[in-house]
This record gives sequence, structure tokens and C-alpha cells, in this order.
Amino acid sequence: MTSVTATKRSGPDGPDGGRNERDGRGGQGGRPRSFWRPGRPGPPERKAFGDRAAWFLVLPALIPILVLSVGPLLYGIALAFTDAQSGRTRSTQWIGTLNFQDLLHDTLFWDSFRIGLLWAVGVTVPQFLLALGLALLLNQNLRMRWLARALAIIPWAMPEVVVGIMWRLVYNPDAGILNETIRDLGLGDGRDWLTGLATALPAVILVGIWAGMPQTTVALLAGLQNTPRELHEAAALDGAGAWRRFRTVTWPALKPIALAISALNLIWNFNSFALVYVLTSGGPGGRTRLPMLFAYEEAFRYGQFGYAAAMGCVMVAVISVLLALHLVGRLRGGEDR
Amino acid sequence: MRPGPMGQKPARRESTGLRTGGPARAAQYLALLAYLVFLAFPFVWLISTAFKPARELGSLHPTWIPEQPTLDNFRQAFDEQPLLQAAANSLLAAVGAALIAVVIATPMAYVMARHRGRLATAATGWVVVSQAFPFVLVIIPLFLILKNLHLINTLWGLILVYVVWSLPFALWMLAGYVRAVPAELEEAAAVDGAGRVRTLVSVVAPLLAPGIVATALFAFITAWNEFFFALVLLKTPEKQTLPVVLTHFLGAEGVADLGPLAAAAFLATLPSLVLFAFIQRRITGGMTAGAVKN
Repeated sequence: MTSVTATKRSGPDGPDGGRNERDGRGGQGGRPRSFWRPGRPGPPERKAFGDRAAWFLVLPALIPILVLSVGPLLYGIALAFTDAQSGRTRSTQWIGTLNFQDLLHDTLFWDSFRIGLLWAVGVTVPQFLLALGLALLLNQNLRMRWLARALAIIPWAMPEVVVGIMWRLVYNPDAGILNETIRDLGLGDGRDWLTGLATALPAVILVGIWAGMPQTTVALLAGLQNTPRELHEAAALDGAGAWRRFRTVTWPALKPIALAISALNLIWNFNSFALVYVLTSGGPGGRTRLPMLFAYEEAFRYGQFGYAAAMGCVMVAVISVLLALHLVGRLRGGEDR
Repeated sequence: MRPGPMGQKPARRESTGLRTGGPARAAQYLALLAYLVFLAFPFVWLISTAFKPARELGSLHPTWIPEQPTLDNFRQAFDEQPLLQAAANSLLAAVGAALIAVVIATPMAYVMARHRGRLATAATGWVVVSQAFPFVLVIIPLFLILKNLHLINTLWGLILVYVVWSLPFALWMLAGYVRAVPAELEEAAAVDGAGRVRTLVSVVAPLLAPGIVATALFAFITAWNEFFFALVLLKTPEKQTLPVVLTHFLGAEGVADLGPLAAAAFLATLPSLVLFAFIQRRITGGMTAGAVKN
């Protein structure tokens, strides 16, 4: 994805080009090709403006980003190596990797971590398959398509808290529609889904799937609409069935988007908080205590800032590694074929 | 599946490839119906609950349609929690965040779309990475920083956080819109002797206006819906935003007064739903423009 030549071109024709020679040459951190006008023939517009003007334009956004985004991130990593606590008068001290050593033996945290992974994968994978199905349907010439598109957006626009509340109403053991439906169908009396040890996590995962459907569907739909129609029709003329056409024409075109959205979903889900906070607050007996809820309680209920920050670091590290493996594996799988 | 006859091919513009016969088509409609039910039923149930009188809510056989619809739940919801105050707080936070975000994001998005250099690269990198930002790692330092600035438990502090939090998506969308403005227009303006700033204000900005509005509305919705930061950063009830106040209906032991809860939740959703319906097409376009064109 890097393109050294393009990066090189940037410096010299700006007003203070000479000074920027050094900047212009940087090979590392190249940017995705799609970034500036993909597919534009000939030399790209030469009249890029100087770095000074660019800095001027970027500054209003850059300062808040540095102060409230990049800064806190570094600060947070630093906190993980301290014994910072809330409301303590004694000054905070560096304690090296003590937090991490404690964390290593904190079985409660690793339970929570396992639940977090179960939740993230349990939401992301079925959601991807369901969204793919819906996107394929919406890509057809079906009546009611507009209705489906409109409805598919609802979960996206809703506050997560409301999504949680709404599903609590659905799952409510007495007045909920789920148990009523089960009773109507003669499948027994239903149960208290969100407080049952066995059912709480699956019930919560179903809500997670529901809540994230729109983003995934919309992204996949956009990918589908971008697949070359001619190829599709050629394959159809050659007598390829629906499944073969999907595998040989649609999927290869869709794959980059599918990878990107599922990776993002995995991260988002692993970091999710509000839904489960509202649905179960981590109960029953910690069965749905996602790592975010765990860290939140550690930090803002027990005031263990340093320890909670260490949790955050571990979460980020593990998720990054898993994601890198997943992406590398998928990309390599694609090349082998 | 019948392959379409050759002669018809050019005429079939709107066909999307899969040509299906009767039974397959029926299966597709069935599947679509199943999706519709799955996506819609919880919301329908929320509305139904919101309009049910207490007696029906206590019944062991709840119905989809309230037998005697009532507005009591809404009245009670306003009595139980300071909903108006919370809505006002949410409104202030969301409007403030959306306006500031758009004002500072537009110039930066312009650089990201037009400039070629380290700066734009770094900006794009940040936009992508921040999508994966772990809130846990950021919230504690944010809490401490805002505390030092005496902005904890204030809407201003929350607005600042929301601005930064909505920037990645705002930048992504706006940069897409800038790229859609032909660079030739700007070059023509420059040839005519317009300065950089003139060009931006009188040539680019008007063309960007619809995109800017859509981005601002999206930032508004994001802030209006947000819960985690508001929960951590706002402590006193009269400062809290709508999503946080909604959780108060749940009570400590999780036993909720369902009617008012549903009524309040329904009301809190309306602004987002209305605005989202308004900008839906633009959002979905903006979100995918950058990713798809590759």
C-alpha cells in the first residue's frame, strides 16, 4: 500500500519546498493509494499547497486531538505503570510492571477477558453472516426494498441505552413479548433470560448482533454495488449457478470491505460498554461482565486508576495481536488461492 | 435459474445479476420478511409498551397493541425524572459538539483531501487508528485532565470530549466531500487571482455546504446518543444528559417501572431517528466513498 514515489513528489513544489526535502522523502508510513483521487489519469494536480498553509488549516483540529486524544492515550499507558488511585493525597509513584504482574494472576479479569472475546466473536461472526444475507437481498430487485432499508437503519440511529432498555422490555420475564410468544407457541413458560446463568450471555449477544446490523449491512451493500456487473452477467451466461457466481465474482470484489468491516466490528464490540451495562450490568454472577465493564468498575467504583489503565493496555495489546493474526491469515489465504 | 437471452442483456439495466425464478424469488421475499420482523419487532414493542396503561403492563398476557392506549406513562416519566433538563443538557452538548467539530474539521479535511505530505498522511493514520481507540485507556486520563481543568461535571468538558470523539468520522466524511469538488474549479479561481482563503470561502465552501450539514447532523446524533463519557464525566443529576438519566429509570436493583421507562426511551430516540432519516443517504454514501473507490 505504500508508494514512495508519490510521497516524494509532495515537497519540492510547495512554496517552502527546499526546507521540506527531508520530509518529502519519508518512505515509511506511506498512505493508502485510495487516499488521493484514485484512478485519476496523468500527473495528479500539481498545485498542492505549502506545508505552512496546511499546518495553519490543520491546527484548530490538531490541538484538541493532541490534548484530548493522543495525549490521553500516552498518559493512559504511563498510568499503567503507576499506583495512581482516585482521591488519594499521597503522590502517585512509579511501580514498574507491578500492575501487570498482579493482572496476570487476577483470575476475575481473565474470566472477564474470556467473556469479552466470546462476546466480540459471538456478535461479529453471526452479524457478518446475517448482514451479508440482508445486503445480498437488498441488492436484488425486490419490492419492499425501501422498507427494509428504512427499517435496517433504526438500530443505527438509536442511542445504545435505548437499545438496551428496549430489549429489556422484550426479555422481561412477565410482560416481555419473547416469553409471551413462547407461551403462545406452547413451548413452555419461557424464562428470565437476562438473569439466568446460562442464558444471559447468549441473550446479550443477540442484542449486540441486532444493534450492529445496519453499519455492517450498509458497508457490505456498498461493496456489492461496486462489484462489476458485467462479470456477473458473463458468469451467468456461462451457466454458473448463484453460489458459484457469488464465490467467483461477488466475494473477491467484496472481500476487502468484508475484512475491514469485520475487523472494525470486532474492535468495536470488544470495546463495547453501554449495551451490556444497561442490559445486565455484568450480571448474573459476572457472566456478562465484559472487560470494559470490569475496567470501568475498577477505575470509577474502586478508584484503582493505575490498575484499570493496565487492564486497558492488556486489552489493546491482545486485541491488536489477534487482529493482526486474523488479517494476515485472511490476506495470505487470499493470495494462495 | 435461467440465463437471460443474449439480446435482452443491454436492456436489463436495473437487474443486479442474480436472475431467479419463482420459487427462489419467493424464498427471497420470505427471507426479507424475516429480516424485517427481526429488525422491527423490538422497536414496535417499545412503542407498544410506552402506550400501555399500568394494568395491561401487569397482565401476564401482554398484547402487541395496547387495548386502551394512554399517555399516562409519558406524564409519569416526566414526573419521575428531570427529563426536560436532561434533554436540554443533551441538546446543548450535541449542538455544541456538532458545531465545533464541523468548524475545526472542515479545514483539516480539506488538507487531508488536497495536500500531499506527511501531515495529511498522519491525519489519515490518526483517523483510522482512532476507530480502534480503546475507551478504557482514554477515559481515565481524560477524567484526570478535565479534573485539572475544572471541567469535570460540566457540559463544556463533555462537549470537548465529544468534539474530539466525533472528529474521525467527520474528517473521513468531509474529506470525501472535498475530493468530490473538482480541483479544476480551485485552479480556475487561483488563475483568476483569488487567494487561498478566498478560494476556500467563496468557491469550495458553498459546494461543500450539503456535506458539512450532513456531517454536523451526524456529529449531533453521535453526541446525543453517547453514554459512556457522559456517565463518567457528569456526576450531578441536573448536569446529566438524556441517556444517563434514562438509566435512572432502571433503579438500583434493576426493577424498572416499565411504562415510564419505555415512554422516556421512545422520546429520547425520536430526535436521532428523525435526523437520521434525513441524512441516511449521505451518511451511507460518505462512509463508503473512501473505502469503495479503491
